[in-house]
Amino acid sequence: MFSLAFMRHAYLAGTFIAIICGTIGVFVIARNLSFLTHTLSEIGFAGAAFGIFMGWTALSGMLIFTVISSVIVGQMSVKQSRREASISAISALFIGLGILFLSLSNQTSSYATSILFGSVIGIAQADVIRVAVLSGIVLLVMLALYRPLKFDSFDAIGARVSGLWTTAISVVFLVLVAMSVSVAAQIVGSLLIFILLTLPAAAARYFVHTVSKMIGLSILFALLGVWVGLYLSYATNLPVSFFIASIECLFYFAALGYQRLRVGS
Amino acid sequence: MTEPLIAVQHLGISFPNHPVFKDLNFDIQRGDFLTVIGENGVGKTTLIRALLGLVKPTTGQIKYYPSRKATKIGYVPQFRNLDQEYPLTIEDFVGLNVRGWLPWLSKAEHQQVNTALSVTNVKKIKQRPLGMASGGEKQRAYLAQAIVEAPQLLILDESTASLDNEMKYELLDLVQNLNQTSGITVLFITHDLPLAQKYAKHYLALRPGQQQFGAMAGMSIEQLKEASDV
Repeated sequence: MFSLAFMRHAYLAGTFIAIICGTIGVFVIARNLSFLTHTLSEIGFAGAAFGIFMGWTALSGMLIFTVISSVIVGQMSVKQSRREASISAISALFIGLGILFLSLSNQTSSYATSILFGSVIGIAQADVIRVAVLSGIVLLVMLALYRPLKFDSFDAIGARVSGLWTTAISVVFLVLVAMSVSVAAQIVGSLLIFILLTLPAAAARYFVHTVSKMIGLSILFALLGVWVGLYLSYATNLPVSFFIASIECLFYFAALGYQRLRVGS
Repeated sequence: MTEPLIAVQHLGISFPNHPVFKDLNFDIQRGDFLTVIGENGVGKTTLIRALLGLVKPTTGQIKYYPSRKATKIGYVPQFRNLDQEYPLTIEDFVGLNVRGWLPWLSKAEHQQVNTALSVTNVKKIKQRPLGMASGGEKQRAYLAQAIVEAPQLLILDESTASLDNEMKYELLDLVQNLNQTSGITVLFITHDLPLAQKYAKHYLALRPGQQQFGAMAGMSIEQLKEASDV
């Protein structure tokens, strides 16, 4: 399997993606941003279409769209009660734009589906390097902001009264999520990104109870999903997204089952 | 008279079309245990937010000695919406408030967390997920988090409102102990006049348009009731 260049690229890129999604995911879950992640992946699709329309790479278009829209959403939805509606509005606007740019750019529909659902075969060495660089940036920023981000994510009220600059943290975090979404879309496709960003972390919190352990376990779940998923996809010639989705769901359901056994609810 | 920790001078706060209070004057002395009593809506929480610097005074000023920056404030809020599935252990939760830039806690910082866990009596259950702790244990964990950075001022915002009688006194005993042994200044906001009377050294009674500040010694609950309209 590893004698094929594209499989090596897929495994390398997949590993980077699993690591940043596993890490960011812990904070996405803690901050109740699953819905935003889902929306960002749709926005990512629109951005990819825009990138193609402009003659850039899909990744550049995705980065622009997801980063801009996540900052807008962050500004609009400081109030919890307004968050869902404002996310819906922004996503409607951007999906509309995506469809517009896709039709304007005269690409065949197969190109659109590869953006939406991901494609293993499409990964070139240059993509792997881009993914690695972006992952590195995301991880470095996370590391630099680790303590304030952790405080704000796991105890927003305590963080605010202790004088942390919580609004700035929110915006920076949303930009990180946007970058992760754009990176992950290369492998699992924009529609299934939210799987890697939410399910491994959502499962991990039932098994371990410190932030660092949750990050570790969440990365492990994401890695297993990506590695096993890629292998099964290679062996069966079926879409990799399907396998990754199934494996991550399995982890999540197992976690819920474990929680039920432990506390009975 | 010694220098106070905080001096509130002619403080007035109003939101658009809604004056909360005006011309509020009182000092918080170092080592004091001050209770703020008053009806809902009289501006107790707004006053706290002003002390924390989250709301700007409309008139007057709040002076910190020696400076706002040098005055660390620990705060136990009235509400925290942590549900049963809240994942962090009590120890990790308390550690959230330790300031610094390293991603992990240093040995000295671990020691800091441990001290906060011991004095608030949650050391034995520090590995328990906070979501599964009882109401009283949660409040003690919140208290531990508030004092982990050794603040000069500890603010308790109706922190006992959700507790049953026995747990209220347990929590306040802990706070009193901190006040007496480590000299931490306490600001305790409450509706509970018997509790205020038992623990506080001074009181600030807020009523719409007026205030009364004084020593708690010799005040009866009836007099407090009269002053605060609770």
